[in-house]
Amino acid sequence: MSEPVDVLIIGAGASGAAVAWSLADTRMRILCLEQGDWVKSTEYPSNGRDWEERQFGDFSTSPNRRGNAADYPIDDSDSPIKVVNFNGVGGGTILYAGHFPRMHPSDFRVRTLDGVADDWPVDYAMLEPYFALNDRMMGIAALAGDPAYPPKEAVLPPLPLGRTGTTLGRAMNRLGWHWWAADSAMATRDYEGRAKCINLGHCIAGCAQGAKASTDLTYWPHAIRQRVELRTRCRVREVTVNEHGIASGAVYYDAEGVERFQPAEVVILACNGVGTPRILLNSVSGRFPNGLANTSGLVGRNLMFHPYSSIRGYFDEPLDGYRGPHIGTWSQQFYETDHSRGFVRGYTYQFVRGQGPVLTAMTGMASGRIPWGEGHHAAYRQLFDRSAGMVAICEDLPEQHNSVTLHPQLKDAHGIPAPKITYRLSENSQRMLEHSIARGAEILQAAGARDIVTEAPLPNAGWHLMGTARMGTDPGRSVVNPWGRSHDVKNLFIVDGSIFVTSGGVNPTATIQALALYVADSIKQRLANLFD
Amino acid sequence: MSQWIPVTSPAPLQDAQRRALRWIASLMVPPSEEHGVPGADDEAIFADILGSLGRDADAVRSVLRRLDELAGGLFADSADDAQRAAVERLRKDDAALTAVLVAVVVRCYYRDDRVMRSLGMQLRPPYPKGFEVEQGDWSLLEPVRARGRVYREVP
Repeated sequence: MSEPVDVLIIGAGASGAAVAWSLADTRMRILCLEQGDWVKSTEYPSNGRDWEERQFGDFSTSPNRRGNAADYPIDDSDSPIKVVNFNGVGGGTILYAGHFPRMHPSDFRVRTLDGVADDWPVDYAMLEPYFALNDRMMGIAALAGDPAYPPKEAVLPPLPLGRTGTTLGRAMNRLGWHWWAADSAMATRDYEGRAKCINLGHCIAGCAQGAKASTDLTYWPHAIRQRVELRTRCRVREVTVNEHGIASGAVYYDAEGVERFQPAEVVILACNGVGTPRILLNSVSGRFPNGLANTSGLVGRNLMFHPYSSIRGYFDEPLDGYRGPHIGTWSQQFYETDHSRGFVRGYTYQFVRGQGPVLTAMTGMASGRIPWGEGHHAAYRQLFDRSAGMVAICEDLPEQHNSVTLHPQLKDAHGIPAPKITYRLSENSQRMLEHSIARGAEILQAAGARDIVTEAPLPNAGWHLMGTARMGTDPGRSVVNPWGRSHDVKNLFIVDGSIFVTSGGVNPTATIQALALYVADSIKQRLANLFD
Repeated sequence: MSQWIPVTSPAPLQDAQRRALRWIASLMVPPSEEHGVPGADDEAIFADILGSLGRDADAVRSVLRRLDELAGGLFADSADDAQRAAVERLRKDDAALTAVLVAVVVRCYYRDDRVMRSLGMQLRPPYPKGFEVEQGDWSLLEPVRARGRVYREVP
C-alpha cells in the first residue's frame, strides 16, 4: 500500500491541474494520478513533414482511432456525435483549439430566463474572480470591450485578424451582426515561460512552440514547484469507500500494470464528463450498489455535447490557409434566446481559417468538388488556400436518456469496463443547427464566397463532455452540491465538466477551470469542517 | 470479454494488393505536365503510401477485398475496364470505404516535395519557422462596438 495522502486528484487535465495548483498553498500532501504521460514538445506533429498525416494517427483527436497506450476505448456507436479527447498530462488542453470563451451570465439562469432545464446553483458573478484568475494563469489573448460580455480584462493582445478575419468581419458589418476577436489560449507574446505564437497552425494536434496554454505548461509547473506530486501512467479503476461510507482512496494500475491502492483523506475526480462517470459507475460496493455517489441515479445521465455545424466557403482570392491559429474571430449574434427562431437558447460562431494541403484534398474530394483523374489538379488549385468559414457551437440541453454507462463486454487494456455512449440529437438542437447553417451561408455569401459546403452535426466533434454528475442543491436531482462535493460521500469532489447543469453555447474549458478554482477555494475555506 | 488492444504496427500488403492500390492511386491523382507534378503512383510517393498505411492498413485490405468482389476476381489482374467499373461502383455505393482510399493516397501525395513546390509551399514542417499572418485592422470592429451590449442581463 502507498503512503496515505491528504488529497488524491484523479486526472491531470484542465480541471485537475487547476485544482491541484489552487490547493497546493494549503501545504497538504497532494497526489495526482494520471493515466497518460507527459508529451514532449518535440513529439508534436508540426515538427515534421508528416504533420497533417499524424492528425489522423497518434495525435488523432479520437481515442478509438489513436489507440495509444494511455487511451481507453469508448463505444460511441449509438451516438451521431463521437467522443474526442486526449489522455495525458494536460488532458484535452493538449489537443484543444484553444478557443477560450467564458459562459455568459444568462447561461447560469436558463430556467428563470427561458423556462428550460435548470438554473445553476452558482452564477457568473460568483465565478467571475475565478474566470479572471484563470485567464491570467492560462494567459488568454483577447480584445477588451466585447459587447457580448460584461467587462473583462484582456491579458494578452488578440490573435492576428488575418485575411480571413478581415473578409468575414467586413461581411458581418454589412449584415449588421455581432463579431469580435476570439478569446484564445495562445500566447501572442512571450508569457510566463511560454514562447510567442508563430502561427504554426493546426493547434488541435498540439503546439510544438509551446504557445498554446495546455495545462502541462501553465498550472502544472507551478503546482509541482509547490510539492504536488504528479504520478503518470497510473490508471484508476475505482474509488473505494470505508465502512462509514467515506472515500478511502483509489485502486489503480501503475506504469508496470501492477494493481495498487492509494489511500487518501479527500478524493477529487477530474476525468471529464465521460471518464468521471465511468470511474464512479465502476466503484460499486455494498453501500453503493449502483455506483459511487449515485443515490440520485444521475451519474452518467444528462450527457451534453455541443452539436456542431460547419459552413465553409471557397473564395477567389487566397486567404490565410493553414497558417495561424484556426479560430481568430467569433460571433455571438445568435447566442441569446429569440423565440422567433424556432428554438430556445443559441449558439456561437467560430470563424475558422483554411485547411492544409491534405485536408483540402480530403474534404474537397469527399464533397465532390475535386474529381478523381483528369481535372483533379485544376480543381484542387481552385480550393487550396481559398477557403474560410465557421463552425457553430450549439447549446445542448440536458436530457436524461443521453448517457454514459458501462459497456457490458468491452474493456480497456487493464480489464476496466469501457464507457458506452447513448445520445440522441434533440429537436431543439436540430432546429438550431439548421438555423446556424442558413445564417452561416448568408455570411459567406455576403463575404463573396463562390461555393459553400455545409455539414451538421459534425460527427467527430464530441469535444465537450458535460452534465454527467450535475451540481445542485437537491440531492435527489443532482450528484454534487453547489461547491462540487458529492451529496452522498462527504470527502469526494468532482471538478470537471461532469458537474455542468447546462452546457451554454461556448467551449467549456474556461468555465470548467473557473469552477475547479471555485471548488478548491470552497474546500480551503471549509478545511476545519470540510466533512460536516 | 472483449478486450481492447491498442494499435500496433500493421503487416505489409501482399503483392496483388500493392498492385491494386497503385493502380487506384494512378486513377485518383494522375500526373500533370501542366502543373509539373507526378501522379500518386509515382515510385517515391507510392513507397511513402505503403509505408504510411498505419492505422488504415486493415481498412485498406477491406477495401481491396471489396474491389476483388466487385471485379469478379482478383482486382489487380482484371482488365482495365473491369477495374474502372469496380472502382466506380465502390465510389457510388460506399463513401466510407472510398474515403479510406482517398485518405491513404492524398496524405502522402500532398507532402511530396514536387507537389508542394508546385503549390508554392515551402519544403519544410511548420515548426520552428512558423508562418506570417497579417495582423489586420481591429478598427473594423467600430460598428460592433457602437451598437453596444448584446448579452442578456440576468435577474
